[in-house]
Amino acid sequence: MSAETIKTTYRDAIRAAIREALLRDERVFLMGEDVGRYGGCFAVSKGLLDEFGPERIRDTPLSESAFVGAGIGAAMGGARPIVEIMTVNFSLLALDQIVNNAATILHMSGGQFNIPLVIRMTTGAGRQLAAQHSHSLEGWYAHIPGIKVLTPATLEDARGMLWPALEDPNPVLIFENGLLYNMEGELAADAGAVDISKAAIRRSGKDLSLITYGGTLFKTLQAAEELAREGIDAEVIDLRTLRPLDTATIVASVGRTHRAVIVDEGWRSGSISAEIMARIMENAFFELDAPVARVCSAEVPMPYPKHLEDAAIPQVPAIVAAARRVVTGHE
Amino acid sequence: MSEFRMPSLGADMESGTLVDWRVKPGDAVRRGDVVALVETEKGVIEVEIFESGVVDSLIVQPGQKVPVGATLAIVRGDGATAEVPPTPGPPLAAKAASDEKRLPTITPPIEAAGRARVSPLARKRAQELGVELSAATGTGEDGSITAADVERAAENAKARASTTAPAATVTAKGLDLQAMRRVIAAAMARSKREIPHYYLATTIDMRKSLNWLAAENAKRTVTKRLLYSALLIRAVALATGEVPEMNGFWIDGAFKPGHDVHVGVAISLRQGGLINPAIHDVDKKNLDELMESMLDLVNRARAGHLRSSELSDGTITVTSLGEQGVESVFGVIYPPQVALVGFGKIIERPFAADGLVGARPMIEATLSGDHRVSDGHRGGRFLLAVDRLLQEPEKL
Repeated sequence: MSAETIKTTYRDAIRAAIREALLRDERVFLMGEDVGRYGGCFAVSKGLLDEFGPERIRDTPLSESAFVGAGIGAAMGGARPIVEIMTVNFSLLALDQIVNNAATILHMSGGQFNIPLVIRMTTGAGRQLAAQHSHSLEGWYAHIPGIKVLTPATLEDARGMLWPALEDPNPVLIFENGLLYNMEGELAADAGAVDISKAAIRRSGKDLSLITYGGTLFKTLQAAEELAREGIDAEVIDLRTLRPLDTATIVASVGRTHRAVIVDEGWRSGSISAEIMARIMENAFFELDAPVARVCSAEVPMPYPKHLEDAAIPQVPAIVAAARRVVTGHE
Repeated sequence: MSEFRMPSLGADMESGTLVDWRVKPGDAVRRGDVVALVETEKGVIEVEIFESGVVDSLIVQPGQKVPVGATLAIVRGDGATAEVPPTPGPPLAAKAASDEKRLPTITPPIEAAGRARVSPLARKRAQELGVELSAATGTGEDGSITAADVERAAENAKARASTTAPAATVTAKGLDLQAMRRVIAAAMARSKREIPHYYLATTIDMRKSLNWLAAENAKRTVTKRLLYSALLIRAVALATGEVPEMNGFWIDGAFKPGHDVHVGVAISLRQGGLINPAIHDVDKKNLDELMESMLDLVNRARAGHLRSSELSDGTITVTSLGEQGVESVFGVIYPPQVALVGFGKIIERPFAADGLVGARPMIEATLSGDHRVSDGHRGGRFLLAVDRLLQEPEKL
């Protein structure tokens, strides 16, 4: 990677990744609601219609089931579709296509048909879009064998995860946290494909492991800085990929720190955070020096009013308090 | 009509077995009559009824175990109903309890209270360092023991070994009093934090003991003379044979009775500080042997030449502040022991016996007991046993 960097945003990094894919492989095309003339509901695909034309930047009818199904068919037929679904809440309309078809056809066809499909969608709260646009259901998808679940949080991952996802012969879901689109930062000018199988340690520390991904990564890093001022040295793990889960990195970290707090914008019951706890129990029980704790969203439909929404999702003070309790025994 | 229900005979009672009815349908009952025998974890208890009337029907048969609040019988009131104490627990149709086809609702047994909360890592570290978990003070969430607590306990043990163990010792001058204070602080703070103490006191007539001692010592050379404290320690040791829950340790949430009776004696050091070495096998020693052990121990303690086993394996402690002149001492139990017996000074007091008042030498004996292990009732039996043994000094 060159030392030269460019100033960019998460949104632009994703657009650059889509553009690169369209340029590198003529089988790649983008489709979804308003991705063409409108430039994408979150302006990710702005300008791409002009550059690549309506054959490759395709607006679809408002039917998630139909256009995800079309994506599956196109992938079976040899194309490399990128399907955009506006939010994870709306992806539930395409659950049948994703879970019953995309995830199973390789298996049910005895290996004859694979589905090299990429589905992108936004996830997460914090933008006052209320309960039908704000949930974090990526953990549900991580339950399903046959698909991969990616959760880019950094500019590097926003820029670099799409290409390996397209290279993957099987369906890959990419979850973009809506709060991150405007995040600005420096990115290597020649940034490109990244690994999509490993979690990353974003901050090393010896007192506890803060395990998170996606939209809560930066809150967690901020919490780690506050904890550092109190003398608590937190390690921060960015999971990056929820399926397959990088158990080895989690277990190695907990083996060093002996304490863990999981931060997840999803609800806690039956969740990916519960799965991470289970893996820690299975693999690192004898390393634990305190019960593993979680900071998750309140178990309510996401509220619309700002103060209630803020109260419902993980925030820095709650992460700090949970970490303090796990390390010192009190908040 | 009213329902006579399984009463709650204690906060921890969840159910009881009806052992026998003392009434039959048609019997008239009055408030306060014993109507049934109920067996609980605490034994068979006579259950009284709280209203007057006529027994209509008996719902639960002898031998049946039903939860607190279940209807046992139906009573036709005569209007003279007294307040019925509130029955805790849900009113359960007695039919449900007797209907065998119903799926049982299983109440899991309540865990023995107070299993130590120890993190998995702390257990591992304790094993590596050879530290007893009972020596660690938990600072984690809800007082749980963490790896750091185990490491601190290991350091404390090291400090203790270097202040009192034979190898590192320990000329009296070389005693690290600060370290000793820390050790005392840790042990006593832990005791008061963890051990629910109860205290009992009784005044014991020492006339027979002292008379016997005077007669016995008259026959002996000066070096062979006996001290009355030997009688006290011997009496305590023998009394643990009658009430064994005073002798042993509380470890990992359970009482471990002591195999032998090693009586710790609190010895204050001239330089300040306190140690609590044990005289081994007091129950198996005669008074001469005990005297010899005591003198040896006190001398070595004050010179700082104790053996480590003496410092760690006392199964009960005796403290006597008599020589300082106080009348009674309520001690702090030395963990993980479960009882401490204190003796004050012997004082002549007016004493009435057989209708006559006379002066007798009296001593106040106290017991600090661990309520997790024993109750005041047993503690009382223990102190009375000490008293009785001291009335027959020739048998000690």
